[in-house]
Amino acid sequence: MTTHSRTITLIDYGAGNVPSVERALQKLGAETTRAHSSEQIESATALILPGVGHFAALIRALDEHNLRSPLLATFERGVPFLGICLGLQALYDGSEEAPDLPGLAIVPGQIVALPTNVKLPHMGWNQLEVKPRATPSQLLRAIPSDAHFYFAHSYAALPSQQKAGTVATCTHGSEFVAVFERNNIHAVQFHPEKSGTPGAQLLQNFLALAA
Amino acid sequence: MTLAHRIIPCLDTDGARVVKGVNFVGLRDAGDPVALAARYNSEGADELVVLDIAASRDRRPTFLYTIRRVADELAIPLTAGGGIRTLEDARAVVRAGADKITVNTAAVHRPELISELSKEFGAQAVVLAIDAKRTDSENHWQVRIRGGHDATTLDAIEWAKQGVAAGAGEILLTSVDRDGTQKGFDVPLTAAISHAVTVPVIASGGAKLPEHFAEIFREGHADAALAASIFHDSIQPIRDLKNYLAAEKIEVRLSC
Repeated sequence: MTTHSRTITLIDYGAGNVPSVERALQKLGAETTRAHSSEQIESATALILPGVGHFAALIRALDEHNLRSPLLATFERGVPFLGICLGLQALYDGSEEAPDLPGLAIVPGQIVALPTNVKLPHMGWNQLEVKPRATPSQLLRAIPSDAHFYFAHSYAALPSQQKAGTVATCTHGSEFVAVFERNNIHAVQFHPEKSGTPGAQLLQNFLALAA
Repeated sequence: MTLAHRIIPCLDTDGARVVKGVNFVGLRDAGDPVALAARYNSEGADELVVLDIAASRDRRPTFLYTIRRVADELAIPLTAGGGIRTLEDARAVVRAGADKITVNTAAVHRPELISELSKEFGAQAVVLAIDAKRTDSENHWQVRIRGGHDATTLDAIEWAKQGVAAGAGEILLTSVDRDGTQKGFDVPLTAAISHAVTVPVIASGGAKLPEHFAEIFREGHADAALAASIFHDSIQPIRDLKNYLAAEKIEVRLSC
């Protein structure tokens, strides 16, 4: 049993899958707290941005609560960060789902709609294609390469836009970014809190790098 | 590397206990939802559906408490429903730990409920449950409501399309004709709905044998298949079912 010295701050913007993520982390023995204010984010030592639903709901909530600039400041300070689902999409410049709203823009590129030649939403369990990299993925450590993760989304990031940070992709209609890592910034398109044993291992890996 | 076909156990509850019956009648006790949820989570279920089939206002707090305790046991998605009539009903279910909400009778009475839910939670969280019964004419199914009891004038295919246009992200399709019969899923119904809509379809009603699951995935083009009593009574262990499907070259999630 690993002990975790840092409290994990979950950004709670009133919507999304915060309770599920919280429950999954607590099962792993982590201390969690929910942040609603810029002060709470400024003092965070490890952050998770959960999310599910509409891109606009997340971005509007971040801006209404004035969380954008404190969040960008934590990225700068090197605070370990994990974005989940919409929490990954929010890192990009913007999304076709809400073209007028700017994303956090720390990763270049647009979130696009998955092609309509497949059933949408992309809903259910799918596998990853891990990309060859100089440094092995921290998030995917000790996870079998054929593991399934649970996805529930209709929009995604194309890997061509940000090759450097793309650790693993998934394919549903087109290939899209499933796992992103760049320094302290980590993000996944699927829901580790709903992805059984491999999902728990991924959260455990984040706890370990945030410890 | 393709999307796995999902196997989904369903817990029909009276709020607190799992109940079961044939063709929606003759209910009897089938166990503790929390214990069953824990078992299915570890046996490789891909998702769990919990329904309040009594759906009475008095039992609502009990049902919400059940959802909370079930959610605590799961590392897989949870869909909950039964008696959701308003946005506020849905919020309570989501707060209790459901990832998706399913609506049925209330959406037939007031289709705007679907778009209200979709706007608040996203299409991926809104499951339109349709109970369909074959009519005398070829390839035509009528929507039934109130747990399959009452007839409507709605055509099931048209209703499915309308629901998706309104923002449903998934269809949970139950064949009233097959439900409880253990004769196999309704292949023509499921294929017809699956071809008519752009969202995933969960087939329900009539499953017993592993062959029934293979058939509904191959010929019914279902994205997921749901069953209740065959899982509760361990007539068909989930792991054996998935091994069978994998041997049949049907994509499933084996390790959990």
